[in-house]
Amino acid sequence: MTQSVFTATALTKTYVSGEVAVHALNNVDLEIAEREVVVLLGPSGSGKTTLLNIMGGLDRPTSGRLFFRDLDLTDLQDRELTKYRRDHVGFVFQFYNLVPSLTAYENVALVTEVAKNPMRPADALALVGLEERMHHFPAQLSGGEQQRVAIARAIAKRPAVLLCDEPTGALDSKTGIRVIEALLGVNRQLGTTTIIITHNASIQQVADRVLFFADGRISRIQRNETRREAAELTW
Amino acid sequence: MWAQVLAIALVVGGGVATLVLAVGSHRSLEETRIAYYERYGFGDVFAQVKRAPKALADRIVDIPGVAAVDARIAKLALLDIPGFSEPASGQFVSLPDNGEAHLNRLYIRSGRLPESGRTEEVVVNEPFARAHGFSEGARFSAILNGKKRELVIVGTALSPEFVYTVGPGDLMPDDRRFAVVWMSEKALAGVYDLDGAFSAVSVKLQPGASEREVISRLDALLDPYGGQAAHGRKDQTSHAWLDHELDMLNNMSRTLPPIFLLVSAFLVNLTLSRLVALEREQIGLLKALGYTDGSIVLHYFKFVALIVAAGIVLGSIVGTWLGLRITALFGDFFHFPFLVFAKAPDLYVIAGALSAAAAAIGALRALREVVTLPPAVAMQPPAPPVYRRLLPASIQLDQIVSQPTLMMVRNIARHPVRATFTALGMALATAILVVSLFTRDTMEQLIDVTYFLADRQDATIGFVEKRIGNVVEQVHRLPGVLAAEPFREVPVRIRHGNVERRITISGRPADADLRRIIDVDLRPVVLPETGLAISGMLGHILGVAAGDTVELDLLEGARRTVTMPIVATVEDYFGIRGMMDMDALRQLMREAPVVNSVNLSLDENRKEDFYAAVKSMPTVAGVALQRVSLANFRKTVALLITTMASIYTGLAAVIAFGVVYNNARISLSERARELASLRVLGFTRGEVLRILLLELAILTLIAQPPGWLMGYGLAWVMKTNLAGELMRVRLVVEHSTYVLATSVVVLAAVASAAVIRRRIDNLDLVAVLKTRD
Repeated sequence: MTQSVFTATALTKTYVSGEVAVHALNNVDLEIAEREVVVLLGPSGSGKTTLLNIMGGLDRPTSGRLFFRDLDLTDLQDRELTKYRRDHVGFVFQFYNLVPSLTAYENVALVTEVAKNPMRPADALALVGLEERMHHFPAQLSGGEQQRVAIARAIAKRPAVLLCDEPTGALDSKTGIRVIEALLGVNRQLGTTTIIITHNASIQQVADRVLFFADGRISRIQRNETRREAAELTW
Repeated sequence: MWAQVLAIALVVGGGVATLVLAVGSHRSLEETRIAYYERYGFGDVFAQVKRAPKALADRIVDIPGVAAVDARIAKLALLDIPGFSEPASGQFVSLPDNGEAHLNRLYIRSGRLPESGRTEEVVVNEPFARAHGFSEGARFSAILNGKKRELVIVGTALSPEFVYTVGPGDLMPDDRRFAVVWMSEKALAGVYDLDGAFSAVSVKLQPGASEREVISRLDALLDPYGGQAAHGRKDQTSHAWLDHELDMLNNMSRTLPPIFLLVSAFLVNLTLSRLVALEREQIGLLKALGYTDGSIVLHYFKFVALIVAAGIVLGSIVGTWLGLRITALFGDFFHFPFLVFAKAPDLYVIAGALSAAAAAIGALRALREVVTLPPAVAMQPPAPPVYRRLLPASIQLDQIVSQPTLMMVRNIARHPVRATFTALGMALATAILVVSLFTRDTMEQLIDVTYFLADRQDATIGFVEKRIGNVVEQVHRLPGVLAAEPFREVPVRIRHGNVERRITISGRPADADLRRIIDVDLRPVVLPETGLAISGMLGHILGVAAGDTVELDLLEGARRTVTMPIVATVEDYFGIRGMMDMDALRQLMREAPVVNSVNLSLDENRKEDFYAAVKSMPTVAGVALQRVSLANFRKTVALLITTMASIYTGLAAVIAFGVVYNNARISLSERARELASLRVLGFTRGEVLRILLLELAILTLIAQPPGWLMGYGLAWVMKTNLAGELMRVRLVVEHSTYVLATSVVVLAAVASAAVIRRRIDNLDLVAVLKTRD
């Protein structure tokens, strides 16, 4: 067994809205290994985004513990969380969130400028198959291309984990598959632990493990003995 | 959102406040003056005469256009005030023994009028009494017609004729050293052997009468009795100064508030248009729910109206309050017996309408774009804005320029109009600060030239009548006198073409060292043996320069009209005057060497001895003291100007803060998602703040030089508007003023950055992952 990237014990997140307490995350125990591709599936409000946010250092649990390798994320201050995100986490958003005034290349460079041991922006873009389009602005790129730029931007700093929240949510199936392809390629070549939230059940086939969420708990874990290639997917 | 609404309201309020305070206080003072003049019968034409029979007054009334005449005795005399070592002078004026004066009536503040024929009873002007803590029963002495007499105060009064009281030879009012003393006519006539005669006359004109015509007929009547040329209100000291001060206020109110109001209107326009653009989704939603375009526009207009109304109310309250304070300050300075506070509903309407229109146009500009979109499109986020490379792709700048810098440069390049307007807003903020602050520098320069370069004497002794030349030696022998220079002053009318002015020509010795003439390059000038030097301003008024010839009517001695070449124009800031070599002037007047005054350099340690000695000289009308004059100048004029400047500076700072804050705040709204993504990607708050504010910082810095330039231009306009025959300035804007103006803008920028920082801290990072806007 390889070393764990994330170790969660009794992880709980409770939002109080008015007089009602909502258990977004309820006593979750979880380990995620290095190089693993994990897909989180489940209906809206089942807790998968809350977990992703806590793992990404954007939110703190109400109780329980979460370790990133040896680092206890539970009690980190804002400043330390920022450093954690900066050094170890790559994010891919549903809506790409690129800086419109920067070209693809420059969007990647924006991150590599502040990273410790980044790859060259051109290499990161080549990894997602965009070396030909790197001097285009977001407005000149298709949705799928924009998302691949976002992936290049996320992985250029060689993060330990790549957190993707609905990365194909805004895309048609053909472009969606190209994006998944890019994510898997990164995982293969760099060994980046990749966690993908999706509503799209087909995508579970590319994962090592699939976590099914319901009511703030992991209701079921499915281990895929063989991962499918993105090209084999349809939806 | 409230903070931003407040910031916009502040900018609107700043503009409104300036207009209301400046125009309001000017109107109040103007109306106060009109009411004062009218109720107390201030004359229109004034003349001095040596001795004219009272019967002549009836012939003056008969001059066509004359409504009323007041003939009386007016004499200058030296005062000796117990416990006050410096010499003071008094303007003695007679009061009719039966009934009230026809013109220039007194406003009795306390006590009563002197009894007929009582030589010792006097009424004094209230400021003088107040300066010395005198009340009824207080005593002081005066040398009247060569004899020292003790006087007792029976009342205090104010007069429209002496709103602004300046002693002989002095530039500035000094209530301690100059008094207006009213005495029974019978008593004063007795003292000066003027029974049945008068020495001064003032005339009230009928409406529509020609002042010029009346003056020339009056001159003809008075001439045989030693009359000096009559003059209108324009040459009456008190009126002229009051006019000048009100003019100055008026000019300030015409120059600064429109700038403030325009800047604020411009900013409100800019801010609201961006603010409404941010509401795109809500507008789409409203349309989807079935609201008509008209009702949506109306809704946003109401929102805009609310902000503007808040600004107008805020500005009106502050402006009215400041206006009342300034009116009271000036009213006190001029010793008005009462104040008329002008109500100015039109001002609120003008200020309000302009601000509201600017805001509405700004909102409409943004609404037009959004409202024309179909609801489905409006509810979706706008397509990513198209940016362009500024350089070919082959040129890679990332080794040299950081990505945040690139973002900033491209943002500016993508919104050139907005960037220009933003920079313009900053530049205007700097400019209004410069124009609010420059008066300080200009006043210091005026003081430098007037008191330290030109008129370097310590004291000037003025005589009741002109004296023969050996008086200089007498004065020189007084204790503490180190040097003495004679001064001869002759009243003339100077004319070139159709333009004429009444001025005084001063004759000064060729080797004069105390009172010097300074040319426009600020170098001392030695007068040539012939010819006339004149104030630069007078040259400007007459349209003459060195080498031209003017006509002079000599108004003293053998009245002749002569032509005279102009040999130089002179840098001076007070009054308009002519200067000649003393011998040349003597030859022109065809007289023996005589002097009107002597300029002195004093031994600081023997000042008191000098004061004591000069107080007992019966021929002296007054002693002007430069040090005291300078102190008074700083205390009065400088104080008023500084007060105004401080108020304007405060308002300018508010506007500067509003500009920067609104800009930063809206940029933050527009780029919230982008900035939050950066935070998620691991950028620190500081880095994100830097990215947000870099653009504003650069625009602020870029705006400074144009701001200085505009500020200098506006200062020049103001200086030019303020330049008058009585006083003017040379435009001086020190580097420190530019630095100060920029510092205030930068400080405002930093303050708003600090406020914005708290917003960055609260950026919702989680929301960014999910939503597009």
